Amino acid sequence: MADTRHFGRLAGTAIVVLGVAGAFLYLGGWFNPTALTPARFADGFERVDGIYSGFRRNHAKGVGVSGFFQSNGQGTHLSKAVVFQAGRVPVIGRFSFGGGDPYVADAPNLVRGLGLLFRQPDGEEWRTAMINLTVFPFKTPQAFFDNLIASQPDPQTHKADPQKMEAFLARHPETVQAMKIIQSHSVSSGFDNSAYYGLIAFWFVDASGTSIPVRWSMVPLQPFVAADAVAAQGDKNYLFDALIASIVQHPLQWHLMITVGQPGDVTDDASIPWPDGREQVDVGTLTLDHVESEETSPARDINFDPLVLPAGMAPSNDPLLSARSAVYSQSFTRRAGEKKLPSAVTPSDVRK
Amino acid sequence: MSMSVASEQRQFTTLMRFFHWLTAAMVLTMLGIGVAMVASLADYHRLVSIHRPLGILILIVVVIRFVNRHYSALPPFPTTMSPRERSVASASELFLYALLVVQPLVGWGMLSAARYPIVLYGSIHLFPILPQSVMLYAVLRRAHTVLAYLLFLTFLAHFGAVLFHTWVMRDGTFSRMAPWKVRAQ
Repeated sequence: MADTRHFGRLAGTAIVVLGVAGAFLYLGGWFNPTALTPARFADGFERVDGIYSGFRRNHAKGVGVSGFFQSNGQGTHLSKAVVFQAGRVPVIGRFSFGGGDPYVADAPNLVRGLGLLFRQPDGEEWRTAMINLTVFPFKTPQAFFDNLIASQPDPQTHKADPQKMEAFLARHPETVQAMKIIQSHSVSSGFDNSAYYGLIAFWFVDASGTSIPVRWSMVPLQPFVAADAVAAQGDKNYLFDALIASIVQHPLQWHLMITVGQPGDVTDDASIPWPDGREQVDVGTLTLDHVESEETSPARDINFDPLVLPAGMAPSNDPLLSARSAVYSQSFTRRAGEKKLPSAVTPSDVRK
Repeated sequence: MSMSVASEQRQFTTLMRFFHWLTAAMVLTMLGIGVAMVASLADYHRLVSIHRPLGILILIVVVIRFVNRHYSALPPFPTTMSPRERSVASASELFLYALLVVQPLVGWGMLSAARYPIVLYGSIHLFPILPQSVMLYAVLRRAHTVLAYLLFLTFLAHFGAVLFHTWVMRDGTFSRMAPWKVRAQ
């Protein structure tokens, strides 16, 4: 009798300990092997584009740039962030093409990216990663991922399976809608005369604690030239070479435009533009006057995590934000520990 | 490590028990947040925003707790514990202390090596404690995971041992650290 009770308590102890271990594993998603996690997201990029040691899993091909942001003080009405006080803060940035292939041939129809890190004098930072599309084609992280997988080139034809893409678009009318808006804008000829859009809504908080929804973009001072007005070139790096030639000739500049949202404007769906006529505030000028290969640039080792924000800026409820932060971090962790292969744009390309 | 042992003392001091349960609550929360956030897209940012300041808070509490332990009188081990069990218990206690100090430092160090701003709350952030190096970051990031699992396993062993003593051997081990006052029988 005493033995039975003893055994029962022993078994009880084991069950409780295993239960606690199980709860821990449950929290870690061990019992949900199909849920989209940061690791599975990064695996998706690797499956579609391959693994290139030391490179970002997306926006792999790029060059580093640096310069400064000259704030005109207008932004202080919207946000208490130090970066908007009249004055100058140093900036490190990176121009890139979307996709995980760091040796992809330059082409105007590839998505162009601009990552920026503004360093405030108080040590706080503002990091943002923008692209040259006016709206984002996907509403949710899952939609982005499903499109990525649907776009995987067939090993025989080296092209995406059109049936898979059609099926994806049939399920995602918001993507069809966003693509229409994107295609209604003509693409510029290069990195230097392209506008870049933050796309996702954030909250700006002013000194009195008032919050307003905003979106931001960088509008070039370099005059617009349509991509189809310029003949494409055979050189694999011709658009990066043009950027380098341009920046060496004269510093490149963009106006940082803040679009101020109104009550009712969507803050959780980057695939929908805000109505025309929203107030636009020019808060200062970005000047990029230095370019270098990733091999020497500090930009290579920066994670342009869109949730590195100074006080005065806060994330919105857009589901893309937390997901981007998580997946960028996963990509950063993977590449950090890898041997660094040479970038397509080498230090000698920048000097010539 | 014990300073003096009062023969009539059955429980750890009130302050020691307070620190024990405070640490237990924080560390279990932290382990749950840690394992959940690395697997989450939707809650990643919210969880990481708690993870950073809570880690630093644990570091501070554990250091204060360790100093307090050094100056506190400890109750004797239960007579049911063999000398070998006693040395295992003492060693595992020291090991837990070491993990609880090293783990937040590794977290702080890896963010330093990656040059992430180490935001605690609002504009309050910590200074970097290591030079920038992505390779160093990669090593520390892996160490952070290994140490987290080690910490969880050590906690499970500690929890299981106390359950075993209290429930199976019925030697009143739990009452030594019970959050409430236990009178000597």
